[in-house]
Amino acid sequence: MSSRYYTETHEWVSIEEGVATIGVTDYAQSELGDVVYVELPPPGKELGKGDAFGSVESVKAASDLYAPVGGTVLAVNEALKDRPEAINEDPFGGGWLMRVKVEDGAADGLLDETGYQSLVATEGSN
Amino acid sequence: MTARATPLNARHRASKARMVEFAGWSLPQQYSSVRDEHRAVREGTGVFDVSHMGRLLVSGPGTPEFLQRMLTNDVGRLGSRRCQYTLLCSASGGIIDDLIVGRGEEAADPWWVVVNAANRERDLAWLRDHAPAGVEVRDRTEETALLAVQGPAAASLLRSQGLDLEELRSFAWREAELAGIPITVSRTGYTGEDGFELTVGSAQAVCLWDMLCEHGAVPCGLAARDVCRLEAALRLYGSDMDDATDPFEVGLGWVVKLEKGEFEGSDALRERRGGGSRRKMIGVLGSRRVIPRHGQLLSRNGAAVGFVTSGTFSFSLDRGVGLALVEADAAESPDPLIVTQRGGGDAVTVDPTGLPFYRRQPRQTPV
Repeated sequence: MSSRYYTETHEWVSIEEGVATIGVTDYAQSELGDVVYVELPPPGKELGKGDAFGSVESVKAASDLYAPVGGTVLAVNEALKDRPEAINEDPFGGGWLMRVKVEDGAADGLLDETGYQSLVATEGSN
Repeated sequence: MTARATPLNARHRASKARMVEFAGWSLPQQYSSVRDEHRAVREGTGVFDVSHMGRLLVSGPGTPEFLQRMLTNDVGRLGSRRCQYTLLCSASGGIIDDLIVGRGEEAADPWWVVVNAANRERDLAWLRDHAPAGVEVRDRTEETALLAVQGPAAASLLRSQGLDLEELRSFAWREAELAGIPITVSRTGYTGEDGFELTVGSAQAVCLWDMLCEHGAVPCGLAARDVCRLEAALRLYGSDMDDATDPFEVGLGWVVKLEKGEFEGSDALRERRGGGSRRKMIGVLGSRRVIPRHGQLLSRNGAAVGFVTSGTFSFSLDRGVGLALVEADAAESPDPLIVTQRGGGDAVTVDPTGLPFYRRQPRQTPV
């Protein structure tokens, strides 16, 4: 199993054979509350690292999504159209957002599990 | 300042509810998911801890006359053990608070008042400042817990536990016993569904809560409460109205009884009604993607016409909905309005059916 890396804006990315799967973290879904709509880019779109690539609407608020890695969008999770709550139920599995074709070293500079957990611990105590 | 804890605080924490601070109180925002809690209220039974709501007791000779002079609705119409929705207005006609006032068996008995948590101190001071000698206004909030049991199955749940609901019509209340626990029960709520609000001594609150949950009531938080009340177009003080809004523009003219005689704010309110409102509260419909949010501006043909006072995603309608305060002319046109969001504009339509967004099914059984 490949490792997961994280952004400070609470997206995760997992890269296998040049394909990055991207989603939002369990902490993010819990902060967002019930997700009711997800806006995602069309396949083929070129994204730069850190680009706003879509947004999530929850009962509480709208939040932008930022690309943890740059690359070409290969696919988005179509199942979220009918069941956006999959993001709440299974953020690291069935609630994935999109797949992006990336170059080697795309995850450089991202937080690892330990780094992300300490970030969440800091935010959670605020 | 530490948030106040309701008598159910430890139960919420033990149940891993997501807690939030609201009006100085620590309360559950959600227990499971807002979607599931909303469904429980619309299709079964949900239970909310609303112990943060201010509970005042007004007593002494002259209490009915005093309340008649302070409140906009007509307490003279209240029968034995009935309650009504009403407003507290300032001399200039602005809304100080919206509340429920209840009469006892006799008009001479103590009267109770349930106010918004955020306004409790202010309402208390306002009422005490205006109370004549002999009328006492006491704050009983922290002596009890208040549980709202809401949904189409709420009545049958309570009945199955031995609560006699015969004669307990909408906006009626009485003292009762539930599973051996003394309570007062009113057929009231803030969800647009049939439902009840139970007042119980703090020491027995957890026991009552657990009993209700064991018999099928789904614990719900403030987030689901907000969705339910907004679908039913029930106004929220501080979001949809405040001191700067009058009852007519937010669609609450029906609780202003100018014909009852002089009362606090009546001169100003008479003038405002006569002049016609400049603004009007309307419902706006978004989509799955477009969810109106509190404070967002609304425009038409490039001109600002008002703003969203409350907005959320309606699970019943499967789309974003909002209450909005707009210029009276703008409310009359069916043309879409543009809501400013995402750094741009999205179209919303004025709800052609008028408010509320959601209307419950009539009760099947005559209780």
